[in-house]
Amino acid sequence: MLSGNLNLFIKSNFMEQTLQDSALVAKYIKGDEKALEMLINRHSHRIYSFIFSKVYDKDITEDIFQDTFIKVIRTLKRGNYNEEGKFLPWVMRISHNLVIDHFRKNSRMPKFEGSEDFNIFSVLGDPALNAEKQIIKNQVETDVKKLIEELPEDQKEVLMMRLYRDMSFKEIAEQTDVSINTALGRMRYAIINLRKIIEKNNIVLTN
Amino acid sequence: MEKLYSYQDFELERLQPKESTIEFILGYSKALSVIKYKKLEFDTLLN
Repeated sequence: MLSGNLNLFIKSNFMEQTLQDSALVAKYIKGDEKALEMLINRHSHRIYSFIFSKVYDKDITEDIFQDTFIKVIRTLKRGNYNEEGKFLPWVMRISHNLVIDHFRKNSRMPKFEGSEDFNIFSVLGDPALNAEKQIIKNQVETDVKKLIEELPEDQKEVLMMRLYRDMSFKEIAEQTDVSINTALGRMRYAIINLRKIIEKNNIVLTN
Repeated sequence: MEKLYSYQDFELERLQPKESTIEFILGYSKALSVIKYKKLEFDTLLN
């Protein structure tokens, strides 16, 4: 019984080894998924090494290897494969074209990578706030605007001109038809009153 | 130089795709079906 199983195993293993690529391709096209697995196992090392020898990066090699077989699968399933050439040279040609595509894409978009002693991000900072800080900043600004609305009209007017329109006290004085000292005084009272409202209502503004 | 070449050959000998890559390819193959309608072809991926 055991020797029978062993014989069967050896026989099927032998069949696997001896089946021509073209026969496996034909079986796969008819729906035998196992045939594809056999083809991949048979040729993966050569194809993978070929890609790696061009790109020298394992992650990129994995991607190109995967894309190669996706193309192979789609072509075979669509019935567009012609058996004039051999399977392996055909797959190698696909992977070769994908390697060329990879280098073309990279020459259009040069990639900067950090090395151990130099990291591009140490000199190129991102000044933008992260999402959480941006939300907090927006919330604080909205709260401050609501508080300003509570101020007396003359103080509110001066504060808005100074902080939001970036006007000088001279310009504020001219536009509101008061002296510079009065404009300064209104600004001072506006800030004092804002502080009072904040303290009275226990409002916490953080940024 | 000789050592360097030997090292590279050794590296190339060991190169194989990851199992997860092979699994993905086989899974993709099982999931893909091409539907032909007149002159049109549609790729469908089953979950």
